[in-house]
Amino acid sequence: MRPFAYVRAQDAAGAVATVAGDPDAGFLGAGTNLVDHLKLDVERPGTLVDVSRLPLDRIEDLDGGGLRIGATVRNADLAADPRVRHDYPVLAQSLLAGASGQLRNMATTAGNLLQRTRCVYFRDVTTPCNKREPGSGCSALGGYTRYHAVLGTSPDCIAAHPSDMAVGMAVLDPVVVVLGPQGERRIPFAELHRLPGDAPERDTVLEHGDLITSVELPALPVARHSLYRKVRDRASYAFALVSVAAVLEVEQGRVGDVRLAFGGVAHRPWRARAAEEFLRGRPATEESFREAAAVELAAAQPQPGNAFKLPMLRGAVVAALRDLTAAATEGDR
Amino acid sequence: MDDTTTAPVRQRVTLRVDGGERSLEADTRTSLLDALRDGLGVTSPKKGCDHGQCGACTVLLDGRRQLSCLTLAVAADGGEVTTAAGLVREGRLHPVQQALLDADGLQCGYCTPGQVCSAVGVLAEAAAGHPSHVTADLDADVVLDEAEVSERMSGNLCRCGAYVGITEAVLRAARDGGGSRP
Repeated sequence: MRPFAYVRAQDAAGAVATVAGDPDAGFLGAGTNLVDHLKLDVERPGTLVDVSRLPLDRIEDLDGGGLRIGATVRNADLAADPRVRHDYPVLAQSLLAGASGQLRNMATTAGNLLQRTRCVYFRDVTTPCNKREPGSGCSALGGYTRYHAVLGTSPDCIAAHPSDMAVGMAVLDPVVVVLGPQGERRIPFAELHRLPGDAPERDTVLEHGDLITSVELPALPVARHSLYRKVRDRASYAFALVSVAAVLEVEQGRVGDVRLAFGGVAHRPWRARAAEEFLRGRPATEESFREAAAVELAAAQPQPGNAFKLPMLRGAVVAALRDLTAAATEGDR
Repeated sequence: MDDTTTAPVRQRVTLRVDGGERSLEADTRTSLLDALRDGLGVTSPKKGCDHGQCGACTVLLDGRRQLSCLTLAVAADGGEVTTAAGLVREGRLHPVQQALLDADGLQCGYCTPGQVCSAVGVLAEAAAGHPSHVTADLDADVVLDEAEVSERMSGNLCRCGAYVGITEAVLRAARDGGGSRP
């Protein structure tokens, strides 16, 4: 591990100025992903600015409804918040489906969004990887691809975003508040994470020195009818093979508002807008749900090692929407 | 650029460990786990994977179960650490420790200090009403059962496979009010 200087940030603006002014510096949150990467030599910062104790650890009601989630709110605390559990169950469930109890006690909201892929080649510095070392090649193509993307891939990278929480957030259309050297800006959640394209080293649209300070959830009454369904290799403490975040409104047997996002299948949380558009107004039946999944997956480009994700994801979509439909029907009685 | 020649940076780290103040001069790269074990001689937390996957290094940091292998010692400066050894009071085992013995919740024992700290954290989290992945109703009170304990303890691996005894021990400790004692 390369030696580094450690600075505990006193305020957000100072932290941003320090990192923005030093190309060799980076932010340290809880470190659950970064410290691992330091040990693996995947990350080699010269200076770490610790932002984990900044006073950004509150969950506040927004005027007019919605919640502001501070960047350093721990995953466990966010999942346990009564407002999140009641008004945004998909978010609480996605958080609880991720990592372990210890890690959820540590990991921050912003850190969860900015965690790196768990592609085994990205984490192994002895192998070529365009994300870790641009231009060196992609070892996953033709390699071990069980946890890799099937949607939105590029010839340079097939890594998948590992977060569960981000998938749960994607259906809620939050705003990510970012403090940069030029001041504050607000980024729609859907625009935060990138597809790999020809620059897979960039996970997000953030620039060096940009610090996420909060995530704002809009008031979204329909989100009470939501859930997160995760399929993995073991029942707990494993990354998603595929996952589905779903919000569904059923009106007289037909689909009203519907929001779908997929995890484990793309370089970013995958908002399934084609499936959503297909579903609006159609009968809330398994047949519609299956067709909607097929519409979304028409453009998928799986590898031999992860083609199983397509039928698995279709099944997860149908199951998620079927359960929400059943709950809605139950609620009508 | 050869950045491997950067000089190591050392900083003073002061912690409260199992009730006493301890201080050391540590390289910034030192994990809390290595600071405890190698720097301070506190060998109760164990090094298993050193990458946050096994839970053997679990300690209570400022009252919450956390992984000491993924925590930088400098980032924990000023913190309060409780290890499994520190849960013994006046020679008496913590109810979770006693339950692990009674329920045969260990074989080799290497993962046990981590299991103990994690279980103490589980009981406190459940008492505070925190739901888990297997909690059916997110708005309802939490009732610990076998499924809940298995899910909540999933961050602690046991290569001897003593899970049946560990789960039983945590349930017994929960029934006996073990969560009320830190």
